Amino acid sequence: MTIRDDSALDGNAIGGLLLEVFGTEMTAAVAVCASCGASGPVAETVVFLRAPGTVVRCRSCGAVLMVVLRRGQQNCVDLQGLAALELR
Amino acid sequence: MSPISRGFHGRRHETAADTARVPPGQYVTSDFPVLSAGPTPHTPLQDWTFSLRQAGTDLRTWTWPELLALPAEDVTVDIHCVTRWSKLDTSWRAVPIDTLLADVDHQGTYALAFCDGGYTTNVPLADLTAGQAWVAYSYDGQPLPPEHGGPARLLVPHLYFWKSAKWVRGLDLLAADEPGFWERYGYHNYGDPWREQRYAGD
Amino acid sequence: MAGTAVRGRLTWQVATVETVRDETASVRTIGLAVPDWAGHTAGQHLDVRLTAEDGYSAERSYSIASAPGEPVAITVERLDDGEVSPYLTEELRSGDEIEIRGPIGGYFIWTGDDAATPLLLVAGGSGVVPFRSIIRHRHNLGSDVSVRLLYSARSLPDVIYRAELDDAGDGVAVIFTLTRQQPPGWTGHSGRVDQRLLAETAWPAHQDPLTFVCGPTPFVEAMASGLVELGYPAGRIKTERYGGAEAP
Repeated sequence: MTIRDDSALDGNAIGGLLLEVFGTEMTAAVAVCASCGASGPVAETVVFLRAPGTVVRCRSCGAVLMVVLRRGQQNCVDLQGLAALELR
Repeated sequence: MSPISRGFHGRRHETAADTARVPPGQYVTSDFPVLSAGPTPHTPLQDWTFSLRQAGTDLRTWTWPELLALPAEDVTVDIHCVTRWSKLDTSWRAVPIDTLLADVDHQGTYALAFCDGGYTTNVPLADLTAGQAWVAYSYDGQPLPPEHGGPARLLVPHLYFWKSAKWVRGLDLLAADEPGFWERYGYHNYGDPWREQRYAGD
Repeated sequence: MAGTAVRGRLTWQVATVETVRDETASVRTIGLAVPDWAGHTAGQHLDVRLTAEDGYSAERSYSIASAPGEPVAITVERLDDGEVSPYLTEELRSGDEIEIRGPIGGYFIWTGDDAATPLLLVAGGSGVVPFRSIIRHRHNLGSDVSVRLLYSARSLPDVIYRAELDDAGDGVAVIFTLTRQQPPGWTGHSGRVDQRLLAETAWPAHQDPLTFVCGPTPFVEAMASGLVELGYPAGRIKTERYGGAEAP
């Protein structure tokens, strides 16, 4: 089941957010899905920006990889959906 | 300190709204923003059902025609999103949760709404009954569009709108509270806009 | 690793608008003076943040239109129901300040290091913006990499950077398709990019092209799957999806 949604963006759209959160460029990093094992660049994940938080999903299976909430000046990051995040 | 962008207002329309109707930290919009944590599902109506479940068993299930045949109400309510927009006087056609629960024998005190696409949200049953909540299938006189949760969504206007789960397919009736999607990621378990309960710990 | 992305400041800084240039009726290029600009790589973008008097703020991302070494510029398309783009394309003027964060990106970039293989650039509407940076960078490098740009736009007046693209130079072939309206006597392509047009304009897969696709989400999805059908390995197709606009 591949996600198709005309309004979804991709991981390029959260490049700035991830730069702040991780302190380095992350769009080329490889994300491995904890749900289905698919791997690919963060830039190719499916991103939902218009939500109470930023939701990043696996392009292959749709599972949530990452959620980022903004709470005041702080970013709260949940990475439980990732089996791995490999910086290159 | 961010510099002010000369002449920038954003999309908000500063309507002269009765401020008593606007919870703290909210602004009134005349838009209806579309927010979603995932892709819009498109379940065919002939496959659609709404169920009340308990301990893995369906206590009662309605098909789409059966839902539409239930006595429904025209309700006009204000809605408040945790992302700070509020929309006043939204009108819906909806089936009260009280109607769905009538004559259903259950032991639940909490509900976990479940939806197409996997979204969940939890609400105490006491907040879904006594005329406080509905399953809505029509907005502003038209069938509820998919991007706003159609064919049917939960409508719980006294809590932040993330509790009004889009694409709802049923309620799990529970003896103990269980956090749903946004509650697990750090949003408030209850979500009262009047006490500004946005995040866990607020 | 070839093509390490240039690291910018990690967070927001204040930039001053130097120039504004209307490219089309709804598209404007904004030249910025950025005090702590670390330089950028072709294909990168920056984030813009606007703040209203009551503290309300909105952020958006825009591709950098200028090549590395040139003054930083972004090109913005006004979306009818947009919140930020109408402000940037209609209200903003020289001397105004905006907050920016960047440059951002280490995936959708072209450094010119990977010399031999041909480049395929597929643009839907304002998706052409990062390709201007790539094409200009290629020229500034004196590179002879073969480039084909397939550019889908609604009509000729909607084509951004028309004069520049007509004069893109040797080794850069620009193929337009106008999807909604064509001028009298138009001999170019019409209608949306279909599999036939894609097959006609894309490099043969055996030449191992590097492909960049940019534009609205439905456009990018259609182009990427179309190229895979032509035998392009998914790993050699880089994608960047824009929000808000309809596919041209």
